[in-house]
Amino acid sequence: MSRHTKKRIFNIIIMVFTGVAAILFLMPTVLTIANSFMTSNEITANYGAMIGNMTDDKKTFISENVNLKFIPDKVTFAQYASVLFKSPDYLIKFWNSVILTVPITVFQVLLAILTAYGFSRYPNKFKGIIFFAYIILMIMPYQVTLVPNFLVADFIKDNVGAMFADDPEKMPKFITNMRWAVILPGIFSPFSIFLLTKVMKRIPVSYVEAAKLDGASELQILAKIHMPLCKGAIVSIAMLVFIDYWNMVEQPLVLMKDTELHPLSVFLSQINAGDIGLAFAVGTVYMVPTILMFLYGEDYLVEGITYSGGIKG
Amino acid sequence: MKKTNSQCGRRGERIFSNVCVLPSLAGVLIFFLIPFCIVIYYSVINNPISGQFVGLENFKRLFQAAAFRRAALNTSTFSLISVPLVLVISLWLATLLERNIPYKSVIRTFFLSPIMVPTASVVLVWQVLFHNHGTINQVLDLFGIEGIDWMKSSHGQLIIIVMFLWKNIGYNMILFMSALAAVPRDILEVAELEGAGRIYQFFHIKLRYLSPTILFVLILSLINSFKIFREVYLLTGDHPYDKMYMLQHFMNNTFNSLDYQKLSAAAVLFSAVMIVIIAALLIAEEIFGKDVES
Repeated sequence: MSRHTKKRIFNIIIMVFTGVAAILFLMPTVLTIANSFMTSNEITANYGAMIGNMTDDKKTFISENVNLKFIPDKVTFAQYASVLFKSPDYLIKFWNSVILTVPITVFQVLLAILTAYGFSRYPNKFKGIIFFAYIILMIMPYQVTLVPNFLVADFIKDNVGAMFADDPEKMPKFITNMRWAVILPGIFSPFSIFLLTKVMKRIPVSYVEAAKLDGASELQILAKIHMPLCKGAIVSIAMLVFIDYWNMVEQPLVLMKDTELHPLSVFLSQINAGDIGLAFAVGTVYMVPTILMFLYGEDYLVEGITYSGGIKG
Repeated sequence: MKKTNSQCGRRGERIFSNVCVLPSLAGVLIFFLIPFCIVIYYSVINNPISGQFVGLENFKRLFQAAAFRRAALNTSTFSLISVPLVLVISLWLATLLERNIPYKSVIRTFFLSPIMVPTASVVLVWQVLFHNHGTINQVLDLFGIEGIDWMKSSHGQLIIIVMFLWKNIGYNMILFMSALAAVPRDILEVAELEGAGRIYQFFHIKLRYLSPTILFVLILSLINSFKIFREVYLLTGDHPYDKMYMLQHFMNNTFNSLDYQKLSAAAVLFSAVMIVIIAALLIAEEIFGKDVES
């Protein structure tokens, strides 16, 4: 056997191996989507054993085992109809996710454009120290950062509360709902700044100097040179931020007492026995924004991940 | 280069670039740095009203709490197992995918797909897999092996390790793939001419160039391993089995009981541990990767 054919056969073996592993990686997602098209009877029959508090007469229909099924007996959109039209609860929670995640993503990225520009132009010692502090902050887990976040939220709430002490009813809703306690720290989280600064530092100085010779102001340099050159990076960073916050659990759990306002990423765990038939459909609906993002922007996403590599770079 | 750039900048422009940093700095100060100083202060006083200095009393109280010890033990066990595991597997997959294999980009996409899926969406599938009468136990049953009630046994950590690997391998793999692509080809070609095999090339050349990426993936995976609470919470709620009781569970319970002193002590301790670990990793990388960095 020649070296070449040997190499090809070896490559095919590796393809089969990694291919099988890759399909396994896709399975949880595919299974969730596939199960969302089942009738609720089928789901109860398959997963009934998972639900503890079923009445006894119903239990006889349910097999003792929990069967993970791939292909529904009968494809139906009934679950979706219930989720979208009959149980407004899920749509409200979905909306809760949107009003937390979208402002965080938009403002974190906008702030990052400005800040990264400031960091990458005319570096000095102070900016170096601040940037280092941002890196330290970035590596801190929620178990550390949530405590200061909680203290500030508490402080603000108490002080605003004191302003409305004589008539608590008058307190504006956007203060009492505590959404800002999740949104504001999210906006100032330094992740995007860190990535975008690294990208902006790579812009050749000669571009900026040429623009300055033509009489461009700093603001014009930001708008006409940095932003267009970093467009890809900005999109990919925005995607990473969105995906991260769409999946958030810790922050709302600690910072927002009112469970009615929790995003779907938290609420899905509390889905009760009666609604198990809907859980797969709700889960699938919740994936739609990030799946669309992934399908249209996988290359951006890969680019963004690549930027994030290397702390020193 | 940087120096000339800053010298030719006019004063106004330099000031403008500093002003650009201010809004973010203000936010970080208000929401993170200043309150964190208060957290440090809270960790050494007896209570916010009398504000008496008690030294390390709060830390002692923290270590005396059985819940904290259990949470710290579970979290560190989980991190110590899952972080090296995710590092090795994703690096290995990246080297496999470095070859010119058919359908490479499809395979890469599949591995990357868990990133986009919110944990909450697929949690039910994991529950079914690991349920007492679930898929895995049924498969084990076929081979005559007695199943385990995964969620309620000391094997519970295995579930969250699997979920962690599932979620994180793709991201790390992409990082390693791009780092592998950046290894200078001429060095590899010379090595090949000299008769170095793939394995030799990997351990003696590629691995050295990868060391900054390995460091980064280590740090990133470590941070992500502390987010595993999310998976546990979605799987089992507020009160998981003992082995799955994580630091964030402890924090949440302490938040609920409003024990600021204990909470602050835990946060300060955790941040100190993080800084020590990361500094150690940076120093290790400095020693190990010194000779390849230009």
